[in-house]
Amino acid sequence: MAEKSAGRGTKSYKPVSMSSKEYQAFAKAREPSRSVWTNCLKAFLVGGLICTIGQGVQQFFMAVFDMSAREAGNPTVAIMILLSVILTSMGVYDKIAQWAGAGSAVPVTGFANSMASAAIEHRSEGLVLGVGSNMFKLAGSVIVFGVVAAFVIGIIFWVFGIGAWHATTG
Amino acid sequence: MLLQGKRTWVYPKPPVIIATGTVVGPDEGEGPLASDFDLVHPDLEVGQPSWEKSERVLLEQASDIALQHAKLSKDKLSFFVGGDLMNQIISNSFAARTLGAPYLGVFGACSTSMESLAVASLMVASGAGEYVMAGTCSHNCTAEKQFRYPTEYGSQKPPTAQYTVTGAGASIVSGEGDGPVITAATVGKIMDLGIKDPFNMGAAMAPAAVDTIQGHFQDTGREPGYYDLIVTGDLAGVGHPIATEMLRRNGVPIEQTIFHDCGLMIYDVDKQKVQAGGSGCACSAVVTYGHLLKRIRKGELKRILVVATGALLSPLSYQQGESIPCIAHAVAIEAQNSNRQGGAVQ
Amino acid sequence: MMPYVWAFVVGGAICVIGQLMFDVIKLTPAHTMATLVVAGAVMDAFGWYDPLVEFAGAGATVPITSFGNSLVHGALTELTQVGGIGVITGIFHVTSAGVSAAIIFSFLAALVVRPKG
Repeated sequence: MAEKSAGRGTKSYKPVSMSSKEYQAFAKAREPSRSVWTNCLKAFLVGGLICTIGQGVQQFFMAVFDMSAREAGNPTVAIMILLSVILTSMGVYDKIAQWAGAGSAVPVTGFANSMASAAIEHRSEGLVLGVGSNMFKLAGSVIVFGVVAAFVIGIIFWVFGIGAWHATTG
Repeated sequence: MLLQGKRTWVYPKPPVIIATGTVVGPDEGEGPLASDFDLVHPDLEVGQPSWEKSERVLLEQASDIALQHAKLSKDKLSFFVGGDLMNQIISNSFAARTLGAPYLGVFGACSTSMESLAVASLMVASGAGEYVMAGTCSHNCTAEKQFRYPTEYGSQKPPTAQYTVTGAGASIVSGEGDGPVITAATVGKIMDLGIKDPFNMGAAMAPAAVDTIQGHFQDTGREPGYYDLIVTGDLAGVGHPIATEMLRRNGVPIEQTIFHDCGLMIYDVDKQKVQAGGSGCACSAVVTYGHLLKRIRKGELKRILVVATGALLSPLSYQQGESIPCIAHAVAIEAQNSNRQGGAVQ
Repeated sequence: MMPYVWAFVVGGAICVIGQLMFDVIKLTPAHTMATLVVAGAVMDAFGWYDPLVEFAGAGATVPITSFGNSLVHGALTELTQVGGIGVITGIFHVTSAGVSAAIIFSFLAALVVRPKG
């Protein structure tokens, strides 16, 4: 086409001919590795810290309101959720999470963050279609799978009649 | 006939980019190219009640700035060509409503910047339009909200993830005037080598960039050394080295020129928390229209090839287990007085 | 002091399991959380979760695994009290506080704040 011009000519390069399998191996070898150990350490520290705060709240309810450890469980969870929603509202929970990973996602505070963040984000689509419909967009799967698992386990216990001993342990 | 080779338009009378407008958000304003942008917003909201409205306003401002620079009124625009990442490209459609110009919406994900510029240049070169505006925009929060998670949701991004650029870029292309000229445009084809991870778009898009770059050289007979700079759109820290290696393996002498990536240029990747680098429609748009065209006007660069890359996935296609189809469009931009010997005319 | 130490260690360890699911198996957060909840439910079925709660306190009750444990607890307690239908009626018995609090606080938050980005 333009072979007359100096330094130029019709080029024929090898086409991109890798198979998907070859390319995926090629790309995987060039993927920066995730620093698994550092991430685990961070998750351990932040997750442990959140649980320690939970323990402190629980001890507070047990000491001040004379509750048993089991009775203090519910108000403790409620307080932890409140703290998480406040941090989410201030726009800091997602910043903590980028550092902490599962350390802030696995505790119940992460569950609350998934609901609060979806609710806040979709406020612009209205209270019903936005907040109402989207609040469980991320948390929904946790509830669905938890309930289905509990149902299946309950049915198994019912069929085999082994519920009685269990409930007494709780 | 403007078509040369299989998929490249080469313009005997190259259309001129007579004006541009670039608007960016706070993170881009902290990046190394901040001084090249026309308007830097200190916050992400831009005074709007929703992220989607913020994104639209960015594009409206960029197109206003481009019109001011060109000393044109809105009604002088023959056409507006644009697209963005939002479902049904709402940001551009609403901005086009404000603009009032005849409008063609296009979608190429992050390659929309060069897709719209290629279409605009073709319209001008073929006499279909006198002043054609190409525009695109993206917003970090709208992209997170639509493609990933709510912005306040605490998820840990892997190091392969990219950070969507908040910003908008618009350019006005005309047959006459002062400014850098578009000598050729190569249209990409879909490349899909089976990458499924939406947090590794760079690796997914690299083959598309390689294919388009090779197609461009084959069609035009040019070599990498013809350009002072070849930039990919948003391959970033993971995809760009992959593309470089693939080009070398295929025998393309890419070392003849400087090969860079807009996603690596717009942020200080080591200091700013952007994982592998920038992405989004606005990434290649603001880097090209703001930074690179300024360097051409200053005479620091004579000829550049911008290869904007796009990952054409949707949250639905990803959830259904599909791999990520990718595309790249290349536009060759040169200084008006650059030696165009053999560049276009056969 | 020891309750705090064990809460820290056990809670942290459960989070490390979650982190390994993120980084090594490359599960999405949704898949990870759903798996952990089911794991908590299954552990309770074998009667293993209560001893962990006894031992680690909030280290076992604060992670999301506890949610699965509580769902099963509710179902089984009601099962022994009212029979088969209790499996359905009792599921949310124990977890009501957590779910209700999360809904109410999230709703209130959505009324007063906007996302920061």
